[in-house]
Amino acid sequence: MCKINSKEELLKLYRNVEGLLDLRKQSIAGKAKEYYISVCGGTGCTSSESLELVKELNKEILALDLKVKVKAEITGCFGFCEKGPIVKVFPDNTFYTKVKPSDAKEIIESHIRDGVIVERLLYVSPNKEIKRKQEDIDFYGKQKRIALRNCGLINPENIQESLAARAYQALANIITNKVDPMTVIAQVSASGIRGRGGAGFPTGTKWKFAAVQPKGKKYVVCNADEGDPGAFMDRSILEGDPHSVLEAMAIAGYSIGSDEGNIYIRAEYPLAVERLKIAIKQAEELGLLGDNILGTDFSFHIKIKYGAGAFVCGEETALIHSIEGTRGEPTNKPPFPAVSGLFGKPTIVNNVETFANLPIILLDGPEKYAAIGSEKSKGTKVFALAGKINNVGLVEVPMGTTLREIIYDIGGGIKNGKKFKAVQTGGPSGGCLTEKHLDTPIDYESLAAAGSMMGSGGMIVLDEDDCMPNIAKFYLEFTVEESCGKCTPCRVGNRRMLEILEKITKGEGSIEDLDRLTVLANNIKDTALCGLGQTAPNPILSTIANFKDEYLAHIVDKTCPAHACKALLNYKIKAEKCIACGMCARVCPVGAITQSTDIQGKLPNRPAYVIDLAKCIKCGSCIAACRPGAVYKD
Amino acid sequence: MVKTNKEMFAELEAFIAEHNNDSAELIAILHQAQHIFGYLPKEVQEFIAERLKISAAKVYGVVTFYSFFTMKPKGEIVINVCLGTACFVRGADKILEKFETLLNLKNGETSADKKYTLTSLRCVGACGLAPVVQVNGKTFGNCTPASVDQILGQYK
Repeated sequence: MCKINSKEELLKLYRNVEGLLDLRKQSIAGKAKEYYISVCGGTGCTSSESLELVKELNKEILALDLKVKVKAEITGCFGFCEKGPIVKVFPDNTFYTKVKPSDAKEIIESHIRDGVIVERLLYVSPNKEIKRKQEDIDFYGKQKRIALRNCGLINPENIQESLAARAYQALANIITNKVDPMTVIAQVSASGIRGRGGAGFPTGTKWKFAAVQPKGKKYVVCNADEGDPGAFMDRSILEGDPHSVLEAMAIAGYSIGSDEGNIYIRAEYPLAVERLKIAIKQAEELGLLGDNILGTDFSFHIKIKYGAGAFVCGEETALIHSIEGTRGEPTNKPPFPAVSGLFGKPTIVNNVETFANLPIILLDGPEKYAAIGSEKSKGTKVFALAGKINNVGLVEVPMGTTLREIIYDIGGGIKNGKKFKAVQTGGPSGGCLTEKHLDTPIDYESLAAAGSMMGSGGMIVLDEDDCMPNIAKFYLEFTVEESCGKCTPCRVGNRRMLEILEKITKGEGSIEDLDRLTVLANNIKDTALCGLGQTAPNPILSTIANFKDEYLAHIVDKTCPAHACKALLNYKIKAEKCIACGMCARVCPVGAITQSTDIQGKLPNRPAYVIDLAKCIKCGSCIAACRPGAVYKD
Repeated sequence: MVKTNKEMFAELEAFIAEHNNDSAELIAILHQAQHIFGYLPKEVQEFIAERLKISAAKVYGVVTFYSFFTMKPKGEIVINVCLGTACFVRGADKILEKFETLLNLKNGETSADKKYTLTSLRCVGACGLAPVVQVNGKTFGNCTPASVDQILGQYK
């Protein structure tokens, strides 16, 4: 493909390719002449063989000679990961869930050839209603997709489709009209967008700091080191719409006077890396990245840099050291990266989601974006909703939406009809919020006031079976493992807190331990060097504040109310329910279960099985294997 | 075909040269070295240090800092149990325990015959399928202690 040398040429190409998405923008009921099938190609769905599914669909299309009538391709994440792999058929917008490669034949023969929808693959809501179209599903009802606007719409491996979705037009407007960089920054500020990595620093202000530094080498860095376990917003954006991020990085480069961008990405995200590489190559071939973009004197090159499994590298100073090829240890601020960052040069570090929002903000005007959201938090936020929730997935909602709306209206409530206990936001740096916080509007300030934080967007829902001291311990194990060891409060303090929590969850804690934990937690908060250490005590402080009774149960009564802490529970068999099938004894890895001789079971002449508590390792295999539900936790 | 030691070092040398012997590329070079050799033994680290004109101590410092790098060879079958939060609350600890019992290995260990390596990671991002296990890169979702037997059955 030849290079695009001006804004006019870009717009001409846009008009040529715009039609690619026509079929996907219509909404036709009944039979159509032409179809387009989008198959989710995100990590969740590809793990369930969605790429094989695309191959099968195309095989069937060839076999039935329907090539002129239909096309099947991958797209980015639809967000409804719980029901993946997802397939959407345009233009009737039929939304198929949990589709297997073996379903390809039926979809092509029935839906495409005969115009008959494959009903068994449609989504069935919790109240047993069949929903045919994406927009009919409650999961999508309250969402507003801006950062995810192209995920599930375009094929991320084809730049023509991105161009059809107006990619690179914001950049073209700015660089070909030689807009004053300060005007661009003022527009970013006017949109009100704040850093989506978690801390919520105003993006425009950050850019301004770097822009006013003396001319010379400067860097733009994209933070794609999404380390919060259970969060996958950034990964999905990079997999589904890489060009939006690349375009925004170039705009940032123009605004601060930089000619080089680095994307720092986790090595655990091979698919996102692959899509980025393809996107960068295609953009360079078209002259949308590289030297003299669109025939102007603005040049911008983007490199990919790999992480190697260190959570602390999400902290911007640590991330910068990692790009430099050294240990990813954080350093004190100031100096801020905007003054002295990568290789000592002025650097801005922005998160993937922040970047993904910017092209459309600049193209449609900052006012439109600023009109969405709450007073101090503008726009939308993407959350990775996971845990004990019916609809696990990626959701994007306007700021100010309440936790209740996300968990019940979008998330479909708690799995298996269990009782809601808490929702954890902000990952290892955040806190747990309870029933009484459910009507909290989601924005930076409200979440912080409630004792948690926005974070990068991980949202884990917990139910009655989750033990809060144990959850706090889980997060602390994570931080202890990930502490870089540079400062004492984090290296030693967190380990001491973990030891106390281990004592408590084993039933060996004392009331004084609870006070020790609180004092230590506050000390670490005040004295640790970087964000990782300073926020590490949050899961403990918030669970003590909201679930003190559970801590007391472990300490005083030596019980775990949620039956989750192994040391505080025993597996037993209810004789009157035991049908003596022997399944439990067969799966027991240590031979702790035998049939009694004298205990009457449910059936005559079939004595019940019993568990030898001295031998039992509490693995839970028996409870999973017992069909009549005779095994229970005490 | 199995590569000889000499061929592997030649491949690494070429990769380093491609990156202009730049020490800022150390992490990318270590990724490549681990890809070539399977792990990062002392000789490989010294070789890289020499080519980049930095001390072996610096290379070692970086290798030991990042959990992705390993100085021990891995087994033929690498089992990764996801211990991200979403998997944890859906019972990933029980899955890991079951693997530990069945393979008689602790998290992070490799069997004496170099057949199995059992390890954990934090989130592959397939939270809709939680709990998740990856075996040699293939993902198994919605695991239960019972499905651990089935998974291992496929890799005997």
